[in-house]
Amino acid sequence: MKGAALAHRAAERAARQSYGKLVAYLAARTGDVAAAEDALSDAFAAALASWPTRGVPQAPEAWLLTAARRRMIDTARRRRVREAASDRLLLSVEEAADGMSPEDVPDWRLRLMFACAHPAIDAAMRGPLILQTVLGLDAAAIAAAFLTAPGAMSQRLVRAKRRIHDTGIPFRLPDRADLPARLDAVLEAIYAAFGAGWPGGFDARRQGLVQEALWLGHVVVGLLPEEPEGLGLLALMLYSGARRDARRSANGEYVPLSEQDPDLWDAAAIDEAERLLQRASSHGRIGRFQLEAAVQSVHAARRISGRTDWNAILELYDGLLELTGSPVVAVNRAVALSETAGSQAGLVALEELATNPRLVAYQPYWAARADLLARLGRSAIASAAYARAILLEPDTSVRHFLERRCARIRPNFA
Amino acid sequence: MQYMLLIYGEERAAESMPREQMTEIVNAYMAYTEALREAKVMVASNRLKPTSAATAVRTANGQTKVLDGPFAETKEQLGGYYLIDVPDLDAALSWAKRCPAARYGTVEVRPIWVM
Repeated sequence: MKGAALAHRAAERAARQSYGKLVAYLAARTGDVAAAEDALSDAFAAALASWPTRGVPQAPEAWLLTAARRRMIDTARRRRVREAASDRLLLSVEEAADGMSPEDVPDWRLRLMFACAHPAIDAAMRGPLILQTVLGLDAAAIAAAFLTAPGAMSQRLVRAKRRIHDTGIPFRLPDRADLPARLDAVLEAIYAAFGAGWPGGFDARRQGLVQEALWLGHVVVGLLPEEPEGLGLLALMLYSGARRDARRSANGEYVPLSEQDPDLWDAAAIDEAERLLQRASSHGRIGRFQLEAAVQSVHAARRISGRTDWNAILELYDGLLELTGSPVVAVNRAVALSETAGSQAGLVALEELATNPRLVAYQPYWAARADLLARLGRSAIASAAYARAILLEPDTSVRHFLERRCARIRPNFA
Repeated sequence: MQYMLLIYGEERAAESMPREQMTEIVNAYMAYTEALREAKVMVASNRLKPTSAATAVRTANGQTKVLDGPFAETKEQLGGYYLIDVPDLDAALSWAKRCPAARYGTVEVRPIWVM
C-alpha cells in the first residue's frame, strides 16, 4: 500500500476510534453538540488534508482535539463580533478549551449517550441522535435506515441537538436511583439503531448500522461492565447478527429461523453471546434484554441439540410479557404456545390480541395468524391474512417468502 | 441555570374541592416552598388569581383590544410559578416531580432565556 493510502486509512481509523469520544468531550463543557460536531468535522478535514503528506501524528486524538478546540474558539470569537453576544459565551468556550489536556482525553461517550437518550428528548429521536453524535453518521444514512426523508431527519436532528443545549440536559451519568431507567432508554435507542439496520440486512448501508449498533453495545458494556441489561442487549444483538448468513438462501430467498441451517450461523458470535448472557445472569437482576437474549439462546441451542425447546421459550415469553406488557411480545408468545399446545391454542391467543391497535399494521401478527389458520385448514381466511401480511412487509424477499407460503394453501393465489 | 416551573391545574376542580382537601394542598405547597428555600434554589414564586380575574391585551394595526378573560381557553390553567436556580435540567426535573402540582395537574419546566 502506498504511503498516502496508509495515512488515509490511519486517519479513518482514528476517526472511527475517536469521533464520539471527542464530540462527547467537546460538547460536555458547553452543552452544544452541534458546535462540537462542526469543529470536529473541520478538524477531520484538516487531518485528511495533512496526514497523507506529513504523516500520521504520534497522538492522532490529541492532534484532532487541538485542531477542533482552536476552531471552536475561532467560531465563538466570530460569533461574538457578528452578534455582539456577551463575553460570557466566549469565556465559557475558552475555559472549556483551556481545561483540556490533549494527552489524556477522558471517555465521555456514555455521558453523551445519556444526554441523547434523556427523557426530555423525543423517544423516536434518541437512536438517530446517538448514531449521529457518537458515530458521526450523516443524516442521509440515518434517514434511510429509519425510513424517513433525509431533509426531515436532518431537521429533527438539528432541533434535538438545540434542545439538549437549550433545556440544559446534563452530560453526566445519572444518579444511582435513576440509572436503571435511564440506561434502559440508552439501550432502547441502540436497539432501535440495530433494528433499523436489520430489515435490509443485505443493503450495505443498513448492514453498516447493525455493525455500528454492535459497537455501541460494546462501548456500553466496556464502560458499565456491571450492568446486566447492557450485557443482555449486546448478547441479543450478537445472537441475531450470528444468523445473518443463514437468513438468505444461495439464490437470495428469505429463510425463516425454523428452516435455517445452524451450520451457517456464526459460531464464534453465538459463543460470545452465551458468555455475555451468563455474565449478565450472575448479577441476579433480570430485565427485558436479558430475557430476549435468553430466547435467542434457546434457538441457538438447536445447533447442538438439533431441536428447539419451545417450553423454555414459552416460559421466557411469559416472563417478558409480564415485564413489558408489549403486544409484540404477546404475538411471539402465541407462536411459542402454538408449538407447545397446538395451532388452535396459538390461534386463540392471537385472536385475543385482535383488537390491539398496535397490531393492525404489524406484519408478524398477520403472518403468524395466516400460518396457524393454514395449519388448521381454514384456507380462505388464511389467504386473506397472508394478503394483509404481504402488503405490510417492506422487504421484497420476505414478501416473496410470504407469497410462496400463501401459494401453498391456494396454488392459484396471485 | 434558571428554570421556571409553571403550574397548571384545573381551576374548576379546585373550586369544587372540599375544604379539607384544599387545606391539605395548601400545606403541601408551603412545605414544598420551604424545601426550595432550604436548598437555596428558590429565586421567586407566586400564586396567580384564577383566569376569571385575567384581562388580555393585544394591539394590531394601531388598535388596542382589551379582552376580559385569559389568553386562551384551556383545560388546565396557569395558576402560579416557581423560579429556581439549579445546575441542570435533571435537577430542575427532580424539583418539578416533588411539586404538589405534579400530582394535581401539570408542571411545565422552562429554562430562562439568558440575554
